[in-house]
Amino acid sequence: MTDHEPAPPARPSPPAQLAQLAQLNVARMRATLDDPLMADFVALLDPVNALAEASPGFVWRLVGEGESDATSLRPFGPDWIVNLTVWADVEALWNFTYRTGHLDLVRRRRSWFHLPEEAHMVLWWVPAGHIPTVEEAAARLGTLRAHGPTPEAFTFATRFPAPEATASPAAPATAPTPSA
Amino acid sequence: MTDTGIDAVGALAEPLRRGLYGYVVRHGGEVSRAEAAEAVGARRNLVAFHLDKLVEAGLLEVTLRKVSGREGPGSGRPAKLYRRAGREHSVHLPPRDYATAAAVLAEAVQRAGADEAVHAAAREEGERRGAELAAEGPATPAALYAWLERRGYEPVEAAGGAEVRLRNCPFHATAERFPPLACGMNLEMLRGVLAGAGAEGMAARMAPGPDGCCVAITRERRRPSAPPPQPLAPIPKPMEVDLD
Repeated sequence: MTDHEPAPPARPSPPAQLAQLAQLNVARMRATLDDPLMADFVALLDPVNALAEASPGFVWRLVGEGESDATSLRPFGPDWIVNLTVWADVEALWNFTYRTGHLDLVRRRRSWFHLPEEAHMVLWWVPAGHIPTVEEAAARLGTLRAHGPTPEAFTFATRFPAPEATASPAAPATAPTPSA
Repeated sequence: MTDTGIDAVGALAEPLRRGLYGYVVRHGGEVSRAEAAEAVGARRNLVAFHLDKLVEAGLLEVTLRKVSGREGPGSGRPAKLYRRAGREHSVHLPPRDYATAAAVLAEAVQRAGADEAVHAAAREEGERRGAELAAEGPATPAALYAWLERRGYEPVEAAGGAEVRLRNCPFHATAERFPPLACGMNLEMLRGVLAGAGAEGMAARMAPGPDGCCVAITRERRRPSAPPPQPLAPIPKPMEVDLD
């Protein structure tokens, strides 16, 4: 006999929201964006980005200069596109990623992107109002790849609570509470 | 090993309690004592007693709310409202642990990038089940709804009968951990069921929302002569509880 408790909700963000969640996702494309193979993905970019912006807890997303998305930015290599966003908390990002029309895009990801050989998505807490740079995001992905999930760089499967209001930014977060 | 699963099932052995649980589940959302008493045709005190037993067993959850809208002294005690508990209970005798097997297999599929193999297998499994359904009789919407009900999807009509939403995700724990994989599997399986059953004018599509299953079944209105949507088939055994 087994009993499964649903995963407990993560700690709610402090009322004044001192921290926000940053997210980087990188993916290696199977073909260039103008290739017919990528046509469905390209067609979904605008509606899915609009969906993200309309989703509860959305704060910010990276876009190329004078563009509507970040697909022109290739900091990880010519075949690699990036998605860098900020959300109110992990739940907001989770709900957008998996409980909206975005899920269908994730479901079909293998037809557009190569199977990642190492961690390709990283989450970390930033002070509210902070806009992360691509360099900063790349460093967090490097941290995750080197050390696995930690309060400095984590994943949906192994989450860490936002830093306490009283903790200095450099202080380590409280005890890890993986939630999945 | 815990005994709470057995306790939960044991609590449902009492027929009135089982009827109340079935009513709260089918109602969806929160139910007051008065509503429940009216639904099952029993005295309110007795119904309150059994609802609280279901809460004790972990099958229902309770919230207290003032429904009168009044505040302060004299405004009355807050009413107890009951809803289905989020907690899962499973009883396997002898002990079985399919959830761990599913999690490990799903993790391996994800690492191997074998999503499409899962989709193909799910589609074929769905087609087999759909063919079994077709062998029982014509694949009418009513027959399909009854099948969905038996499989625990809890179908309800939405959008004025244009689509069927599924209030329960039978793969919930796996879907929480591996959403694209489990929801994609479920979508392909339901597509397979519709195809295997030869159900015309119905299509499964991805339609995730805050709760319930990520898949919706859409009634296509291609044929102007199509009969109007039929009401949901009555649930064959409303009290049937598959806690597994």
